[in-house]
Amino acid sequence: MQERVSAAASSAQETVSYGSIFLVFSKIGLCGFGGVAAWAHRVLVDERRWYSDREYADLLSIGSVLPGPNICNMSIMVGDRFRGPLGAATALAGLLAGPLLILVCLALLYDRYGDLPVVQAVIGGVTAAAAGLVFGTVIKLARRLRPRFGNILVGVLAFLGAAMLHLHVLLIVALMVPLSLVLALRERQR
Amino acid sequence: MKDGVLGQLALTFAAMSLGAIGGANAVVPEIHQQVVTLHGWLNDTTFANLFAIAQAAPGPNVMFVSLIGWHLAGPLGLVVATIAICLPSSLLTFGVSRIRRRMMEAGWLKLLQTALMPIPLALMAASALIMAQAADHTLLTVVVTLGTALFVGFSNRNPLWALTAGGILGGLTFLFAGT
Repeated sequence: MQERVSAAASSAQETVSYGSIFLVFSKIGLCGFGGVAAWAHRVLVDERRWYSDREYADLLSIGSVLPGPNICNMSIMVGDRFRGPLGAATALAGLLAGPLLILVCLALLYDRYGDLPVVQAVIGGVTAAAAGLVFGTVIKLARRLRPRFGNILVGVLAFLGAAMLHLHVLLIVALMVPLSLVLALRERQR
Repeated sequence: MKDGVLGQLALTFAAMSLGAIGGANAVVPEIHQQVVTLHGWLNDTTFANLFAIAQAAPGPNVMFVSLIGWHLAGPLGLVVATIAICLPSSLLTFGVSRIRRRMMEAGWLKLLQTALMPIPLALMAASALIMAQAADHTLLTVVVTLGTALFVGFSNRNPLWALTAGGILGGLTFLFAGT
């Protein structure tokens, strides 16, 4: 553990090439079926030793608080740390390039064979499962959160705004973030 | 016509980028509203199918947006839609990465995280509802949706298993029942 911390700290001063930034994030993007964050930890902390466990935890929290997928935000911060703006762009490009190629292949297959009845039946099943996947993710995260009254109130309001009133997502966020922060601060003071 | 679509794609997705707290699944209700209800670019089924394909591929979930771009306007549409959804939030992240050492104390970050968490969760629940409405037309698909929700919510196994099982069940029902 001691060794890992010092290794991570010293490597921060080393120069990391654009090539290795691109490769590292390509690997994270391509391996990240389901849980990208777990792979990011493995590659950034265990394999490359660019970050210590603690630094990685900070990186993940900041990446999750900001809008956009947390892994995209993390790639930008890592790239920026080693190589500035161009490094940030390189990291994001590495993260997206491989998965996008795979996605294009799937899209071509869908365009070509999507009308066949059996393919439609298979995709119909996958689609039903994908809806369940999102429900399940909500259940999983809500269980971890152990919500208080304020959290539940904000959640219900945001849900109604999106599902029933079809408000623009920016409006929902602009209204709910201040409310949620005030409620969280009040609960903390108690 | 095509230029018009590209421009509208860029505007539509750039406008929701900063709302995507917790990732692109939080803006699925907004995407549905814009792409299906307002512009009529896709029908419900295609929308749900593209979402499923994006979930089955590796990589971050913004790629659902890339796929919509591809479907509407080919390779250029993919590039435009991807950049549009990524650029505003990426610029914000870049800015924060520059100032974070001074601004982000651990205590603040924790508070912000607990305060923000219900918002993406609620938006994702709304996404799931929209997806289920588009996907579930038979008893079997309802069972697949509920089964996957329980599987993902209460086990730590890779969700790809559930997607695969859903596909196999869909295919088998077609082969044996012809429906």
